[in-house]
Formats: sequence, structure tokens, C-alpha cells
Amino acid sequence: MTQRLHMEERIADALRELGNIGAGHAAAAFSEFVGEPVTMRVPLVELVSFDAVTEALGGPEAPVAAAYVRVSGDMTGHLFVIQPLSAARRLLSSLAPAAGDELPLDAVAESVLEELGNIMAAHFLSSLTDFTQLALRPSVPSVAVDMAQAILTMGMLEENPLGDFALVIHTAINVPEEQGRAHVFLFPSPGTERVLLRSLGVEGGL
Amino acid sequence: MIHLVGMADLKIATEENELRTFGLGSCVGLALYDERAHIAGLAHIMLPTSPSAAPPHVAKYVNTAVPRLASLLIEQGATKRRLCAKLAGGAQMFAMASGIDLIRVGPRNVEAAQEALRSLGIPLVAADVGGRYGRTVTLECLTGKLWIRSVQCGERCI
Repeated sequence: MTQRLHMEERIADALRELGNIGAGHAAAAFSEFVGEPVTMRVPLVELVSFDAVTEALGGPEAPVAAAYVRVSGDMTGHLFVIQPLSAARRLLSSLAPAAGDELPLDAVAESVLEELGNIMAAHFLSSLTDFTQLALRPSVPSVAVDMAQAILTMGMLEENPLGDFALVIHTAINVPEEQGRAHVFLFPSPGTERVLLRSLGVEGGL
Repeated sequence: MIHLVGMADLKIATEENELRTFGLGSCVGLALYDERAHIAGLAHIMLPTSPSAAPPHVAKYVNTAVPRLASLLIEQGATKRRLCAKLAGGAQMFAMASGIDLIRVGPRNVEAAQEALRSLGIPLVAADVGGRYGRTVTLECLTGKLWIRSVQCGERCI
């Protein structure tokens, strides 16, 4: 079964540029948060089958710690800041030694993850606003620790002409010294990628 | 043999086979089985109601997936009055205060599934729904047993 649909190169390029700007700023915020240098991969812009969206995280059942932010304004969508659970535990033990690491996470651990999601989402979106002049507002973040697919489903619920495929802009950020890792996933609401593209002078959509 | 059911997908199988679907969050896993005929089906459903009467992705919506799964089973030898249902999933993964409709998709999926089963006259014999956690489910086609595992609560059987 096909896992990815073809996308026009000029459209993928334009969205990748936006992803790069947003994730670059989110990565800088992550670096400051953990106090370590980070490296960032080139963002992936793909039309992925729902079943394959979690591949980058290790599959549908991979345990992850996630902060979810709903994006509203000129473009709407769903933004996730996700760490493998093991990386989140390492981060918590260094930043908030008082936090427990049993599941479900305690309030201290949740608030650290919320804060991280808040900062990274805010940097991601404000850098896009600076670049495109689009108004983009993050909601208050909401934290969950669970199977990757159960979490990312939240980005795939809007009615969608592509059926069981989603447009995903995904960037992986690594903390080489600490074996840390964070992923930023943006799911633009179906159709609103046109708004992003138009802001860059690119006509058309998926 | 274990057959995987993807998101917005449904499958049927018989005898010693098992059907499994991963990572149900707000989605529901709906199992139908005929214990005497040893035939069963599993759907991984995402949304309560389809936007049209005949959507291209029947298995994505409760109101189209449930009748389709039942009719597939009957075509393959199940007897309608012996069909039983089990239901899992329908969680609310994120506890957000604002009244965003997507946040409540899980509970709405559960309500829609109960309603669809009622209108088909299929009894819902067991359910493990709601909460704030994801579930992977495995259906034994021979017995109709539904195994449910989660990151936070381990494994159980309904």
C-alpha cells in the first residue's frame, strides 16, 4: 500500500522553507531550555497515510511525551512538540529533579513539558508571522504521555478530501550531548496550506 | 496469524486468526463477532458521522463503518441475530478547557457507536471506553475476546 502521495515540488519547497524557519526558531528555544547545543534536520513536508505518520517516532505504539497546541488565526492547524518518553524522562530528571517519573506524570513534570511546548510553539509561530505577516495564535498547550498514534490522531480529525492522508510538516531536533530529541509536527488544517503558500507568493494547494 | 487493521480501516477474519489495531486515542475500535461461526471483524473508526451518505472512506465514520462491517460478516457466513459487539477507545487525549469540538470526538464516537449498534439490533456486550489514554486492541476471531493494552494501565481482556 502506498504510504505517501506525490506533491508538486514547488509547493513542497515553499512549505519546507516555512518549516525550516519555524523549526529553526523552535530549535533555538529548545536549546536554551535544555542549556545544550542542538542540531536540526531539514524539515520533511509530506502527504503521508495516517498509518505512516508515526514512523518518525518509532511506530504507532511508541511511548512519547507530547504538548499539543491548536493554531488559530489566518491559518489554522495542529502543532505538536513531541519527545520520546525516554528523552523526556532524561530532560525532567535534569531540569526538575523533584518531578516523579512514574506514569501518569505528576503536576511538576506536566508543567515542565507544558512550558517547553509553549515556548517552542510560540517561537515556531511567531517566526512564521514575522516572515509571512500572517496572524497565527497558539492555544494554551495540553500535555499527554501515551502511544504516538493515539496522540497524533488529534491532528488528523478534520474533514479532509485526501481521505486517510495528511499534510505533515515534521522536523527532528537532536541534543547530541544528552541523547535528547524533540520533534515538531505541524498539521495545517486541510485547505489552509493555500493561505501559507499565498503568503509566499505561491498559488495553488494540494 | 495476526492481521493489522489501519486507521480508517476495517477487516474481517475467521477461526484462529486475530485482528489488531494500534494506538486508538479518540478513535474507537469496534469488534463484531459470531461466536458460533468463528468469524469476526474489527474497525478502527475516527469520526462519528460521515459528511455524505456514501463517503469514499466508509471505515472512517461510525455511521457508515458499523453497517458495512455487519454486512461483510453476514456475507461471509455470520448470522445476524448471533452478532455481538465490543467497543474500545474513545478517549479524550488532551484535557483542554476550551470548547473545541475536536476535543470531544472520543466521547462522541462512543455515543455514535452505541446508537449505530442499537439501530442494527446488535447487542454491545462489553466496552472499555473513555479516559485519557490510548489503547491497542487485539480481537480473537475464534472466541470474540478483545485484548486491550495501554501504556499506563497494562493489558486486560473484555
